Amino acid sequence: MSEPALSFLDRPNSYIGRSVPRPNARRLVQGRGAYVDDLRLPRMAHVAFLRSPRAHARIVRIDTAAAKAAPGVVAVVTGEDLAGICKPWVAVLSHFKGLRSPPQHPLAIGWLRWAGEPFCAVVAASRAEAEDAVALIDAELEPLPVAVDMEAALAPGATVIHPELGDNLAFERTLDVGDVDAAFRTAAAVVEQTFHVGRHTGVTLEPRALVAEWNPGEEKLTIHHSFQAPHMMQDIVCKHLGLPEASVRVVCGDVGGSFGIKVHIYPDEMATVALAKLLARPVKFVADRLESFVSDIHARDHRVKGRMAVDAAGAILGIEIDDLTGIGPYSVYPRTSAVEANQVVNLVGGPYRHANYRARARVVFQNKTPMCQYRAVGHPIAVMVTEGLVDLAAAAIGMDPAELRRRNVIADDAHPSTAASGIRFEKLSHQRSLEKLLAMMDYDALRREQAALRARGIHRGIGLAAFIEITNPSAAFYGVGGARISSQDGCTLRLNPQGGVVAAIGVTEQGQGTEAVIAQVVATAVGVPLSDVRVVTGDTDATPYGGGTWACRAAGIGGEAAWQSGKALRRNILEAAAVMLQTNAASLDVRDGSIVDADSGAERMKLSEFGRVAYFRPDTLPAGLAPELVVTRHYVPKDYPFAFTNGVQASYVEVDTDTGFVTLIKHWCVEDCGTVINPQLVDEQIRGGIVQGIGAALFEECRYDGQGQMLNGNMADYLVPMAAEMPDIDVAHVVTPTASSEIGAKGAGEAGTAGAPAAVINAINDALRPLGARVDSQPAGPQAILRALGKV
Amino acid sequence: MKAPDFAYARPTVLSEVFDLLDGDGDVRLLAGGQSLVPSLNMRLSAPSLLVDINRLPGLSGIEARDGVVRIGALTRHGEIARSALIAERLPLLAMAAPHIAHAAIRNRGTFGGSIALADPAAEWPACCLALGATMVVASRAGERRVAAGDFFTGLFATALRRGEVLVAIEIASPPAGSVAHFSELARRRGDYAIVGLAAQVARAEDGAMDPRLAFFGVGDRPVLAEATRRVIAGGGGIADAQATLGRDLAPTGDAECAGATKLHLARVLLGRAMAALRTRGDA
Amino acid sequence: MSAGPDNARVVTLTVNGERVSRRVAARAHLVDFLRDTLDLTGTHVGCEHGVCGACTVRVDGMAVRGCLMLAVQADGAVVETVEGLTDRGAIADLQEAFLARNALQCGFCTPGMLITIAELLEREAAPSRAAIREAISGNYCRCTGYQAIVDAVERTLAARAGRAT
Repeated sequence: MSEPALSFLDRPNSYIGRSVPRPNARRLVQGRGAYVDDLRLPRMAHVAFLRSPRAHARIVRIDTAAAKAAPGVVAVVTGEDLAGICKPWVAVLSHFKGLRSPPQHPLAIGWLRWAGEPFCAVVAASRAEAEDAVALIDAELEPLPVAVDMEAALAPGATVIHPELGDNLAFERTLDVGDVDAAFRTAAAVVEQTFHVGRHTGVTLEPRALVAEWNPGEEKLTIHHSFQAPHMMQDIVCKHLGLPEASVRVVCGDVGGSFGIKVHIYPDEMATVALAKLLARPVKFVADRLESFVSDIHARDHRVKGRMAVDAAGAILGIEIDDLTGIGPYSVYPRTSAVEANQVVNLVGGPYRHANYRARARVVFQNKTPMCQYRAVGHPIAVMVTEGLVDLAAAAIGMDPAELRRRNVIADDAHPSTAASGIRFEKLSHQRSLEKLLAMMDYDALRREQAALRARGIHRGIGLAAFIEITNPSAAFYGVGGARISSQDGCTLRLNPQGGVVAAIGVTEQGQGTEAVIAQVVATAVGVPLSDVRVVTGDTDATPYGGGTWACRAAGIGGEAAWQSGKALRRNILEAAAVMLQTNAASLDVRDGSIVDADSGAERMKLSEFGRVAYFRPDTLPAGLAPELVVTRHYVPKDYPFAFTNGVQASYVEVDTDTGFVTLIKHWCVEDCGTVINPQLVDEQIRGGIVQGIGAALFEECRYDGQGQMLNGNMADYLVPMAAEMPDIDVAHVVTPTASSEIGAKGAGEAGTAGAPAAVINAINDALRPLGARVDSQPAGPQAILRALGKV
Repeated sequence: MKAPDFAYARPTVLSEVFDLLDGDGDVRLLAGGQSLVPSLNMRLSAPSLLVDINRLPGLSGIEARDGVVRIGALTRHGEIARSALIAERLPLLAMAAPHIAHAAIRNRGTFGGSIALADPAAEWPACCLALGATMVVASRAGERRVAAGDFFTGLFATALRRGEVLVAIEIASPPAGSVAHFSELARRRGDYAIVGLAAQVARAEDGAMDPRLAFFGVGDRPVLAEATRRVIAGGGGIADAQATLGRDLAPTGDAECAGATKLHLARVLLGRAMAALRTRGDA
Repeated sequence: MSAGPDNARVVTLTVNGERVSRRVAARAHLVDFLRDTLDLTGTHVGCEHGVCGACTVRVDGMAVRGCLMLAVQADGAVVETVEGLTDRGAIADLQEAFLARNALQCGFCTPGMLITIAELLEREAAPSRAAIREAISGNYCRCTGYQAIVDAVERTLAARAGRAT
């Protein structure tokens, strides 16, 4: 049959592009959320872990007798005790050639390799009693020399953390495209700088948490998990605990923030699952804040030496980078810890035309908390390096930094295109985005204001940062390397007798608004009121198989699955309704919960009446007509490995040159995530992401001493961005839908974090430039700025 | 992390407190709890007994008598922030109060608790020093009074002896013409300051200043900058005062800031304070 | 009432208008008591060292950090949580403004944020944006970047002012 006009933009009653409130948020403002720690199950016990006090040590002896005798204790286990229940894992992927990492156990056996690594567990009637007993475990440890600093870890004579590997180099990638040496030889100006991006971490307000429950009667392991990827967790638990798929169910209810922190396999979480299996009773683990800081994955920790060559007209001729990053003692399972460095190589220079590019990235083991993917993986580093070099180049040839960007961004009409690093762009809008940003911030007026204030001794700076962002990843991201991480997602829709639609989908919700966006797409595609759509996510027993939510895939991939599924359901409804109404399906449509005449919009039958007949009086339907009112469709991007988005940010700051304090006056972002399904939700993703990026630029850093002890692992000393210091942020969009899908949506969750640090650091350096000072390390605190100014 | 097990007592008369403080083990007083309870929750403290003094009568409130403002040890930070009497008589405290953590902490944390804890980065001890406050200390033996300058003896250390309870702080109203100045540099609103300055400055008709400058966040206790005071009282300019400050302060560094940086920032605060005081017309 | 040393004791208090009496360990802080003993899970635990603000509740009308007060100290107190404020409709307009402006994402900070803002709304009629930011500066939100929260508070204030005139 022929389809009625199907662009959702001209669908009657379309919810696409509307800032409807999130249907699942009301319970959260009422304190009726259902987070993991809210769950109480019969016979539930609590686990606490003994974590290594040292960054590197050999376990000589563990005496658990006193702990076992303590009040309320159910069990005390060591690494050996769990080894038989849960097999170790190795976090390597075949497409990262040469990546090495040793097997990792739920509880460390024999050696301890970071301060915070769990090696004993106590299960007790309460968390407090479990902690009491942890304090009674007598563990004799032999201290070993540490490898903490990532440069020193590669030096000859360094302590080798895994002797069987020979050295501390986990992975290396090099790239050499074009004729880099010639580009630098012929350049009008060459700029170079070494950038440091400090180690930071996610600090989700809800810590990592799970309740695992083994029911031997039905051979079923149920894991209530604060997590982003339930099917991935199910698959991994099956593999390492030797259970069939049907025996493992992972349920993700309300999740109190994730940002990539809750998509990895953690030893303490696997130990909790293994303990539930061992004890055949529910076991709850909720990381407390102190252990979160030393056990949640950390991110960044890069030192990048960068060079850029430009000609006299400001054209970028070549770029060269050398990235070094420390990942702790293990590559993290199953995504590996090589991805961030790999992204840096891929993304440096991303918004700009340049043909000559040389890059090296080295990934180093060290005795610190493991490092892995956190919001905007690699992007903020690549953007900082690129945009820092662009500003230096502009200064070197005396050109306005906005003008130099204008001359170098890949033209909007030059797509599809391929970057020097090999990444492919379907269609981007750098030119329109840059012009929109400059107009929105009134760049020229701001420059005049800056100059006027400078004359009065007030030092303000304007920083720009163009960026690209990887979203909607295909199997190229992980699947091709052997990781069992789904890049496809499915959506199952069921029309209920009263005309409501239940949508079960594999992408998940952690507050971004996934369920709202899916409901909007489904309501639009089927033709029902938004309030009649119920979205089910986060349950491996109830949703189609999918990857969950990460790498900005929920709207683009989940949304397309929902769209296709919605179209199919409507088609099925109309085919059956056409028979019932003795007309042809093409003359009908479903709008706002009714079957209507497509041309006039006149109601022919309410969906509730259709549902009544279909479900309760199928005997009245013609023979052979069996309406299929449950449909499933899947989607995976295939034509491009990723749907790149683009955008540009600007920051306006004032630097107090006596104190080194930075005041954030204003921040702007223009970004292009393709079709915008819910503008308010997209804008809030951008704003939240920008503030996380500001945290990285100015405040957040996991500080370590030379012995590998984290010095600021609490919320008083690890400075997250708080309300009083944050600026208001203006957000605008350019819309370039991806042609890879019908809805054309790309991701938006990481763009803010990708570009904000570079914008802020560039603004600080813009303020400092007349004073002959600059900062190239994040976070840039007052002391760093004062040192740059030579004042301390 | 959950607090370790401990016993709890809630006496309603001071004599009971003294009895409990005489007991064996690590007995700690619980006032506002805004510093003690976190240290319990991190298992950094493991007292055997907490003596909750919150319901002792007569330890709370602000009153003026005999030219002195008496602030009960259990008076909450928020009460001080909102007190008209404090705003009028001791504006330095009113200026400092909003810098102490956040509203929910100020609703619960106590003036006396902060002073007895003697955190070197806290606002109240420095204010007490600048104002020349007197600590009223009770024990079974009776009351004694300790000048603020003698009270803070080291890192989280005070002149309080075993068995003693800080019950009130008495502060004489500054002389007419004296002005207060408070400023601090904190990374985020409500954070402990990297460096702070609480100053009570007597000013003569001719504009000469005699400032009591209490710096905090600069060492193991708040420091009264006496050499700098003499330079300023002697008519020295901002640069002279800033140079002299190095004789008063020898800040120790922390993870965020080196000692030299703290000294630099203290000099900046001093310079700005002097500039502000010179242009202020409310003397 | 004076109470001798003990590692656990019976407390009697009013929680969300309901008088409750329970035996509680001295070491239990107020949030664990509310969550684990009374099943009032709307109040959240975020850091247990008084920094994040997720556990903010009202005790005798004042916003306090629930993790920095022992449950035994609440003996005789009137405690109110987000559930109580919701049930008596005290912050219904603020909650609607949060929904309309998407001033929450994961929602974990939201109950503590609402308690903090409720106190601000009672104390000040027309705080500036900077004053609103300062009032919530002790409540950590990792998701929103705070601007939507400030907007929601402004909208609530404007609506209340409009109603009052």
